[in-house]
Amino acid sequence: LGAGAALMTVLPYRANAAVEDFVNEFTGGAEVAEGGVDLIAPEIAENGNTVPIEVAAEGASAIMVLAAGNPTPPVATFNFGPLAGASRAATRIRLAQTQDVIAIAKLADGSFARTSSLVKVTIGGCGG
Amino acid sequence: GNWSRLAAQQALTQDQLLEFDTFGNVSLIHVTDIHAQLKPIYFREPSVNIGVGPNRGEVPHVTGADFRRLYGIDDGSPSHYALTSGDFAALAQAYGRVGGMDRVATVVNAIRADRPDALLLDGGDTWHGSYTCHHTQGQDMVNVMNALKPDAMTFHWEFTLGQDRVRELVEGLPFDALGQNIFDAMWDEPAERFKPYEFYERGGVKIAVIGQAFPYLPIANPGWMFPDYTFGIRDRHMQEMVDEVRAQGAELVVCLSHNGFDVDKKMAGQVSGIDVILTGHTHDALPEPVLVGDTILIASGSNGKFVSRVDLDVRDGQMMGFRHKLIPIFSDVIAPDPEMTRLIDEQRAPYIDQLTEVIGETEGTLYRRGNFNGTWDDLICDALMSERDAQIALSPGVRWGPSLIPGDKITREDIWNVTSMSYGEAYRNEMTGEFLKVVLEDVADNIFNPDPYYQQGGDMVRTGGLGYRIDVRAEQGSRISDMVLLETGEPIDPAATYVVAGWASVNEGTEGPMIWDVVENHIRQQGTIRTDVNTDVEVEGA
Amino acid sequence: MASGVRPRVKVPRSASAGETITIKTLISHQMESGQRKDSDGNTIPRSIINRFVVDFNGENVLDVKMEPAISTNPYFEFEAKVPESGDFHFTWYDDDGSVYEDTQTIEVS
Ligand SMILES: [Mn+2]
Ligand SMILES: [Mn+2]
Repeated sequence: LGAGAALMTVLPYRANAAVEDFVNEFTGGAEVAEGGVDLIAPEIAENGNTVPIEVAAEGASAIMVLAAGNPTPPVATFNFGPLAGASRAATRIRLAQTQDVIAIAKLADGSFARTSSLVKVTIGGCGG
Repeated sequence: GNWSRLAAQQALTQDQLLEFDTFGNVSLIHVTDIHAQLKPIYFREPSVNIGVGPNRGEVPHVTGADFRRLYGIDDGSPSHYALTSGDFAALAQAYGRVGGMDRVATVVNAIRADRPDALLLDGGDTWHGSYTCHHTQGQDMVNVMNALKPDAMTFHWEFTLGQDRVRELVEGLPFDALGQNIFDAMWDEPAERFKPYEFYERGGVKIAVIGQAFPYLPIANPGWMFPDYTFGIRDRHMQEMVDEVRAQGAELVVCLSHNGFDVDKKMAGQVSGIDVILTGHTHDALPEPVLVGDTILIASGSNGKFVSRVDLDVRDGQMMGFRHKLIPIFSDVIAPDPEMTRLIDEQRAPYIDQLTEVIGETEGTLYRRGNFNGTWDDLICDALMSERDAQIALSPGVRWGPSLIPGDKITREDIWNVTSMSYGEAYRNEMTGEFLKVVLEDVADNIFNPDPYYQQGGDMVRTGGLGYRIDVRAEQGSRISDMVLLETGEPIDPAATYVVAGWASVNEGTEGPMIWDVVENHIRQQGTIRTDVNTDVEVEGA
Repeated sequence: MASGVRPRVKVPRSASAGETITIKTLISHQMESGQRKDSDGNTIPRSIINRFVVDFNGENVLDVKMEPAISTNPYFEFEAKVPESGDFHFTWYDDDGSVYEDTQTIEVS
């Protein structure tokens, strides 16, 4: 249990309204299918300042990651070159609060796929 | 009660407790969450343990008379006393203390007499929880456990000794330190000092034991004490490990886990190919295994109160059957192993005067376990408010800490048994009403999130000077309502500021006197501790 | 130029022709998000690494557009195909115009 822990919102978060704008910018307004992209993120962040995530989508040329509950949602866009061994990448990201992390992949055929994963950011403390 | 307690106790013998029809070709012995309790203690099981989501009404979320009915346990019987909370003080008088590592040694030796190559596995939370453990930085427990000769262990509170000390102790262990989910934080690779699994050839069977450390260590405990490590459930990696050991010929796959029961239950459904999960962390004691698909889950209690024996018949690379017994360690019934008694007393000798000093006396039962409050934490909260001059007190919902029964003297050792830790500073802060609500909501979701993977396995933070209502089945953010400052009876104002004292902050640099000193001073002033029924928390949706 | 910036990469020393290998990179960098305030209440200006590029013998493997939500000491793990012996070239681009580079040679047997 954190004394004087930075006040963070643990109430149900409201996704940043700009999220869909960033999605549209990436897709050019094209339709986005649910699924077809893998996103691995922890259920609970050990530390909201460094949350490990991994994205993968077979044959994708690019994958964009958004943090829907951050003040500014963009996180990173991975562009896979001709020598990419797989369209897969892992990194560590900052999450300001409990929220959905979103991954959108541009697939080999030019279509788009999207998935999301809820990551809980908690004050912590206490245990068995 | 109208049962004959004395007759019941007299009927209890060591042979009866150890009686077991040896079965199959493999024996597993499981101990977990000992929390450095070397000596016999009292331990009251929870009367409130609420399950949510898929685990609503499922074990281990069944308590008291419901638990006894579920397992066909007679009122007033030894099992009633060992496994449930009702009529605790009276039954404790009749049946006496439980645990003691010298009694555990007797039981382990007896099983080994039946099955010399039985595997002894320790689920962790071993090097934490007492005065001597704190002052020796875990060495007393390492010495005692080494004498018990386990084959492997996994980890949780051990890491709160700090990563340097953990490395030092692990280096010297004459058995395996396992954790498939203990990773190096910098490169996100399996940590070198902790093997994910180990093979053991027993009874002609190739057994793989995969370790699973507590997944949420840096959240539930101060991550700054072990910055080189990262954990997590990592069930995909667990599946890889299971597949790997199977490919290498494992005929029996055992997971030595510190996930907590509900997390293990979910993991058993996500990961295929585990035969036995020896669960830990949530301190549940279940007299029968729980089956999830082909996986059996064993829950062996805490504080040295139980030893589980699981006999397995493994043939042609398959688990064909099992026989199980949760052996309660009745301290007055099981003869202590004299060598172990000597070793334990040796660990305690340098501190014996400090340990045995009487600080006060209790009129009622002092206990901790339960989702919302225990009389020990009520006492700790009172101590925080009076000694630190605060309006509100917060005490962490940890699940360790033995009980005392009415009329018991309270010694310094007793106080340390419920407060000992490497970050015991009792802080005094100002918090807004809004922040207090955020804290309660946050902790509540760590217990009552319907998805076990979002649970951390503690109980609710204990509050002093603050009453509230909780709807355990509500969404996060709307479980807590009607927060009241008890000293005035006024509702908590989100914008107002309150003086709050607490302890066990996970933040680096927390300042304040140590909680055991705060509690000791308070008890000295009170002399005799009276325990009242706590009605400050109103629970809905259970 | 941000101080104390040090790149580290993990690349296997050898591979067989056409093999896919895993590469990990870390670079020490504050990644100042532009959202924090100093003790006087003034916003600390943004200063991050905004792009990370990996090439092998001049051909691209990965090109990452990075935002302030990437953690301090940016870490990446990814896969690369190795058609022949040669050099992996790693480049990090800082907001302040600095460019940090590293090269790792791999032998194909
Ligand atoms: Mn424990
Ligand atoms: Mn634990």
